[in-house]
Parts: sequence; structure tokens; C-alpha cells
Amino acid sequence: MSVLQANGWDPAIHNGKLLLAAQQSLQMVLLTLLIGGGLGLVLGLTLFATRKGGLYANRAVFAGLNILVNTIRPIPFIIFIMAVKGLAVALTGTFIGVKGAIPPMVIACSMATSRIVEQSLVAADPGVIEAGRAMGASRIHVLLRILVPESLAPLVLGYAYLFIGVLDLSVMAGAIGAGGLGNFAIVDGFNRYNDVVLWVAVAIFIAAVQVVQLVGNLLARRFLRR
Amino acid sequence: MTSPIITLTDVSKTFKGKTGPIRAVDRVSLEIEAGEVFGVIGHSGAGKSTLVRLINALESVDPGSGGLTVAGHQVPGLGERDLRALRSQIGMIFQGFNLLSAKTVAVNVGYPLKLAGWSQAARAARVSELLEFTGIADKADSYPSQLSGGQKQRVGIARALAARPSILLADEATSALDPETTRDVLDLLVRANRELGVTIVLITHVMSVVQYLCGRTAVMEEGRVVESGRTYDVFSRPKAAVTRKFVQTALHDRPTPATIKRLRARHPGRLAIVTVASDGGLALGALEAAAIVYGSLTEVEGRPFGSITLELTGDDDVTSAALGRLRSAGLEVVDLGTAADPLGGAL
Ligand SMILES: Nc1ncnc2c1ncn2[C@@H]1O[C@H](COP(=O)(O)OP(=O)(O)OP(=O)(O)O)[C@@H](O)[C@H]1O
Ligand SMILES: [Mg+2]
Repeated sequence: MSVLQANGWDPAIHNGKLLLAAQQSLQMVLLTLLIGGGLGLVLGLTLFATRKGGLYANRAVFAGLNILVNTIRPIPFIIFIMAVKGLAVALTGTFIGVKGAIPPMVIACSMATSRIVEQSLVAADPGVIEAGRAMGASRIHVLLRILVPESLAPLVLGYAYLFIGVLDLSVMAGAIGAGGLGNFAIVDGFNRYNDVVLWVAVAIFIAAVQVVQLVGNLLARRFLRR
Repeated sequence: MTSPIITLTDVSKTFKGKTGPIRAVDRVSLEIEAGEVFGVIGHSGAGKSTLVRLINALESVDPGSGGLTVAGHQVPGLGERDLRALRSQIGMIFQGFNLLSAKTVAVNVGYPLKLAGWSQAARAARVSELLEFTGIADKADSYPSQLSGGQKQRVGIARALAARPSILLADEATSALDPETTRDVLDLLVRANRELGVTIVLITHVMSVVQYLCGRTAVMEEGRVVESGRTYDVFSRPKAAVTRKFVQTALHDRPTPATIKRLRARHPGRLAIVTVASDGGLALGALEAAAIVYGSLTEVEGRPFGSITLELTGDDDVTSAALGRLRSAGLEVVDLGTAADPLGGAL
């Protein structure tokens, strides 16, 4: 603490702010991962299943979803937040603060997740689909009970990677008023030439990503039986 | 023979290809008897996999293209639920094994039983029985990645047999295995057929595989069955060029024109290719002055099979008489003539 204090960390102000910011970040990231990751899983499974030659091959559904994902994904998130302001207000009553940031974050997260899920499943051995169907399993059983478990390792790694992306989103949301560690780093650090505050935030980001990636790797190794 | 368990009558399957429709299976009619090991041989793209996938309804026959009856069910027109019930009565093994990599051997083998709603205890008992039968009891808790190819296919066979199917479909089940492991796996299939009475439909592009265990065989080319019948008959009296080629690549028993040229340089006498397709083999007593100069013999269904090229020396009438005796013994003889007076015998 003393080193930090000597360099501009004022415990009376910054300790409390950091705690609040960390809480807000955690809230945004977890809610987004939970809702967006869940929606993205459904979307990704649908993309995978409806593609040509898929279990539920359906050109119209696939093309529709594909265009939707490809339309939203390239929009820079900071612009996207502003673009869906109306939606955020309709859903949460506000477009600022943690609450207002959740809808755009969830949408962006589910789009990214859908691609990660789709890629993980495409990489699975198509032979297990054949084997499952030959054993008399229903298509939904093959999809959810055979393919998803077979793809667990890439899925877990994908979600770990997604965590970093969502953290990034939360910082951008923070930049335009959602609070959180990003906001803390920008407002109390960068804007006030307080490098210590900035670097404390950076250190927390790095530590969080390290921990999540480590856990992801451990789980993936457990699931990957090759 | 009992009644057919699988009947195909004029069955076709057409895929939409990039450059137009592809008839993967073209007006095929076959009857496969309960309890037999039936081979389907053909080159890559002949339509063999599509044919078996029609049998377990992973593909549907062209609308209005004929009849397909499997284990008493008219397959075309069955709903998804009935199709699944039918599939669960048909075991299938694959070239690539297609095991669930995230599950142990025991879970893989028990999977069809889980789908069929067996209790945990009944499943465990049946799984250990199957692992015993296939000789991999010590691998129950291993993961597929920890097994050799032969062991993986044993797991595949155990899984395919789990729900006591009446039919086992084997699509290139040994194509990824070395010759020795291939033999072990084929022996296991023979045991499954003999001891459990399961009807086996075996797909391959290697003649030695059908020769080893199939009582009857169909030869496929470009979606059609070009000939079928008792394995011995099909290969000893091949009608189609493909069949002849399969025999030739398996046995290398007949001299090519280049080989004949080399033979003539060393053997100026009368050359004759004698096809040994009879239970008595080739009785050498019928020949006075003959040398074996080329050929290959093997066994199909426990009967000698292949051809020998002989050099007969002596006067024309002596060698002609010898060839006559061979022909009257029921052997197929191709007379190549002598080096001085060659005959362009059909190969
Ligand atoms: N789902 C499909 N869509 C389009 N064409 C297909 C499909 N499945 C098979 N075919 C075509 O049907 C033909 C027969 O294929 P099939 O897989 O039955 O051959 P095969 O005899 O099993 O060959 P291999 O020995 O290489 O496995 C090929 O021309 C193939 O390209
Ligand atoms: Mg094939």
C-alpha cells in the first residue's frame, strides 16, 4: 500500500471506488456471460444444425441467422451501444449504468458465442453423428447429448476466450458511463494523470484473464480425451 | 437356407451432385438370408456405403424406386420413431470406428443400451459380457485414444452387438487395420456370426476379406450389382471385368502379356493357364512332361482357388491330349501355344 500511496493512490478515495468498480465489472461480465453465453449456445447449435448437410438442415433458417450474426458482429461495440440505445431503454428502462450496458453486451456476446460454438461443433468428428444415428438416437439427442460432450474441450476454451472479449466489452461500456473497472481506469486514472490507478486496473484485468484461462486450460485437458 | 432378412427389389438412391444427379445405388436387387455373412465388394465410389446406409435407413431410397424390407419392416414410408426402433435392431461398425472419445470403453459399449432404456445394472452386466466376448475386458475404463486400432474396432463391434441386433453392418471395418489385426477382427466377426447368429453385411474393397468369411458376395460397380452369388462361384467364374480385376489384384495368378513374354524366353514349350476351380485341385497325373512356371493358389470357402501356368513339352498331339484331359477334368484351360507358334490366349 505504501508504495502505491507514495505514487498517488489515495486509500480514502480509491479503495472504495475500486471495490465498487470491481463489483460493477463482475456484475456486467457475469450477467453477460450467463445470458449472452446461453443465447449464443442456442444460436450456435442452431447454426450448426441447420447448415447444409446438418442434422436439421434448413437453408432459410441458416441463411437468416448467418446474416444476422454477420451484420451485428462487424459493428464496433462502442457504436453498437449507442445504436441500440432504444432497445436498452425498452428492456431495462435506461441506457446508462451497468443496467443499460447489459443489453448491448448480451447481444454482442451471444453473436460471438454463436460462432465459437458453431466452430467447436464443426470440428467434432462427423463419425459420431453417424454412429449415434445408427444406434437409433434421435437428432436432438445426437446434438445435445453426443456432440456437445464430444466438443466440450474446444467449447470450454472458447468460453475462456470469450471471457476476455466480454471483459473488453465491459471496459468499452464503462467508457461511456457504465461504471466498472474500465470507467475507474479512465476517469480516475487516465483523465487525472494518475498512472497508479490506471496500472492497478490493468493488473486486475491481467490477473482475471490469467485465472480464467488457467481454469479453462485445466478443464479442457480433463475433457479432451485424445 | 432360411428366409431373407433383408430384401432389396429394384432399389435406387440418387444424390444431387454439383454437375447433376448421381445415382449412387442403381436398381439393385438383393436377398440376404438370415444368419449368413454377405459380402459387398466394389471400388471406391461404387455405392457400397450408400447401399448399407439404405439398409439401416440413414439414407432413404428414391421415392417409388422399389422395395426394401429389413427384418420384416417395409423401410420406405416408416416414420422417424419407427426408423429409430429399426436402427436400434441393426448394429453398425465403421472404418473410422466412430467411438465417443469423451466416454470410456464401457460407456461406449453400453451406449445403445442406454438409448434403449436399459437399467444401470442390466447395462453393466451386458457390457462386461460383451467386453469378455470381444476380448477387451481389461480396457473397460480406458478411453478410445488409449487403444490400438484393433482394440478400437473390438469396442466398435461390442457396441454394435450390445442390443442383440439381428443384423450387423460392417462398412470397411478393417480398412484402417494391418493384415494381422484385420484377421483378428474378421475372426471376431465370424464368431459373432456363428455363436450369436447375427446376419452380417460386410462391405469392402479387398477381395481377401470377402474370401475369408463371406458365403455369398455381390460385386458393385457404378451403383449397380454386376454379379452376385456364392463367393466361390463369383470369383472362380467371374463374368464382369471388375470381378476379374479383383481376383487378379488379390492373387496375381495370371501372367500379364509382359510376363508371358519373359516366360517364353525361358520356356519355349506350350504354355497353358489352368484355372484350378474344382475340389480335386490340379491332378498332375494327367500330365507327362509339364513344368509349373507361374501362378498362385489360395482357398475360398475351403476349396482351392487360383490358376497355374504350365509349360508342356513334347509333340503337338501329346500336349494337345494333355490339355484335353485337363479340360475333361473340369478345369478351365487357356492355351497360349508355344514360343514358336504363340496363341494370343484371352487373359
Ligand atoms: N450425401 C451424398 N451427397 C452426394 N453424393 C453422395 C453422397 N453420398 C455418396 N455420394 C456419392 O455417391 C457415390 C457412391 O458413394 P459411396 O460412399 O456409397 O461409395 P463407396 O462404394 O462406399 O466408396 P468408398 O469405397 O470410397 O467408401 C459417390 O459418387 C459419392 O460421391
Ligand atoms: Mg464407403
